[in-house]
Amino acid sequence: MRFRAKIVDLACLNHFSRVVNTIAKLARSCTLRLTASKLYFILSDKVANGGVSMWCELCQGNFFDEFQMEGVATEHNEIYLELVPENLSRALKTAQSAKTVKMKLTNKHCPCLRVAVELPSLSSSSRIVTHDIPVGVIPRRLWNDFREPSVPDFDVSIYLPVLKTMKSVVERMKNLSNSIVIEANLNGEMNLKIETDLVSVTTHFKDLGNPPWASEDGRPSSAPDRDLESMAEARVDIRKLQQLLAGQQVNPTKALCNIVSKRIVHFILLHEDVSLQYFIPALA
Amino acid sequence: LSRIGDELYLEPTDSGLSLRSVNSSRSAFASFLFAPLFFQLYQLGEPQPFRCKVLMKSFLGVFRSLPSLEKTVGKCLILLKPSANRLVLQLHCKYGVTKTHNLAFQECELLQAVFDTQRCASSFCAPARVLAEAVVHFPQTLAEVTLGAGPEGKISLRNYVEDEMEPKKTMVTELWLAEDEFQRVAVTPGSSITFCLKEFRGLLTFAEASNLPLTIHYDVPGRPVVFTLDGAVLEVHLVLATLLDPKSDLQCPMANGSVSHLPLPSDDLTDDLESYMVAMETEEEPGVPPSPTFPLHTPEPAQSDPEEEEEEKEGAVPGTPPHKKFFCSLFFGSVLTPGGPSLAPTQEVLAEDSDNDC
Repeated sequence: MRFRAKIVDLACLNHFSRVVNTIAKLARSCTLRLTASKLYFILSDKVANGGVSMWCELCQGNFFDEFQMEGVATEHNEIYLELVPENLSRALKTAQSAKTVKMKLTNKHCPCLRVAVELPSLSSSSRIVTHDIPVGVIPRRLWNDFREPSVPDFDVSIYLPVLKTMKSVVERMKNLSNSIVIEANLNGEMNLKIETDLVSVTTHFKDLGNPPWASEDGRPSSAPDRDLESMAEARVDIRKLQQLLAGQQVNPTKALCNIVSKRIVHFILLHEDVSLQYFIPALA
Repeated sequence: LSRIGDELYLEPTDSGLSLRSVNSSRSAFASFLFAPLFFQLYQLGEPQPFRCKVLMKSFLGVFRSLPSLEKTVGKCLILLKPSANRLVLQLHCKYGVTKTHNLAFQECELLQAVFDTQRCASSFCAPARVLAEAVVHFPQTLAEVTLGAGPEGKISLRNYVEDEMEPKKTMVTELWLAEDEFQRVAVTPGSSITFCLKEFRGLLTFAEASNLPLTIHYDVPGRPVVFTLDGAVLEVHLVLATLLDPKSDLQCPMANGSVSHLPLPSDDLTDDLESYMVAMETEEEPGVPPSPTFPLHTPEPAQSDPEEEEEEKEGAVPGTPPHKKFFCSLFFGSVLTPGGPSLAPTQEVLAEDSDNDC
């Protein structure tokens, strides 16, 4: 099992750092899945996470100049590692002016992801900072726990409002309540509601637009005669929503959410070369 | 200095005004000596020698906002009034405004760490910028860093991982600096020392701003590491205790070879032994003011004071050094003023530094 990768381009490095920073804000510990063409940051829906799950997919070619991996076996050419993304985030934080950043899987005393940052210096040789990030190798028999989640049978799918606006609204609501109701309809309307003994606050968003989803037979997948005004809603933990919104460092190209009434809210945030899916289950 | 201790020790001498501080566990000491030439007017008064200490917070409060000070203050007058027990700081500002601050001071004993850079086996000199750039790769919360000398005159910095922390779960960061980044390197190959990063960072910030070259002197683990900045009108020393290698001889090596009366740590290394007791030596010649930089105390049998030992243990602030570690405390000289108290009571610091960078 081998893995080596190199980033030389500063813009790619910044972009990769931002992705890692976002992941670090969403999960204390997660799974990094490496294949020949892609990297995945996966958080599976365990009780410890409060039932949230995350699936983030990157095309390695968009970030790395060199990328070589050899999986556990030829017919299973993949590597699954458990790591703390905050460590990777910290390692990349001070690499913003680096000449190159190399990553390598090593096993000196224990399996580590070694990040070597080559920095410019006034001396003849560059300064090299190495960060040894301890990782756990996930055995193949557990790989099934980390399969890509399927898009749920949603009631409503809607584009999200400008994330910055949504974030500031949710941040203020967080001070008042522990849970928030997200409701939306197929008419491009979304409401964020909180209700406590003392106060109830609702923020209304209009004209958001609903993404067209094609099902297998070409017809829109949500129930065709669903009343456009009818709201699908789910009450979720407000902190989980706030975490998702606060972690976004760049405006996504597309941001939408699918609501399964009273069950789960599925967020999809798409950038040019990164896709992030985040599932927040509804509170009982 | 405020990153080290809560009290500012002042001593005007012939060679200049000395400002010093020490931390509660006596494992970090710093002194700044401003030569008379630094000041527009420098006048020593009676009595001589005179030493006092003020609360760091009070002193810093006078100079609170540096940018606005630079714009409004024309002159600053520092006056010691022993009769009134007051340190007067007078800021002469624009538009005829004069702000006078009267700070209460306490007379105190000489605060001086015993160290001798000549006896340090290794030393190197570098622009502060190089070390500041190196230190930035370590997280702000990191307590200790290990500095090591590698092959070909390379110097390494690595974060120190305590044995209690799970080594398999902690990220290790290591940085190597090539020989030509330094102005001078004279180190013992393979040597290494571990010291607290917080105070060192404080010194680096100052060093970068003052543009003075930084020299680091160190010896074996357990012996203090000395950082010096040498300028025309300013001399700075920062002395930090270093981590004693628990695998080697447990006895703390004393300066000048005097007999150790320090309590040996028990076999259980996780015993709550915060720091070794400071050996208080008595100075026999009060007439000769010791040089603020290189006091050479003749070896005397150290007198361990069990009461003060207890106080030291309780007073140690978790920040520097952290719990369950043992650093060799620095050795401090004390001057017995005739008729004065034999030991100025060590103030118990139960509250952590408000400036909690660690």
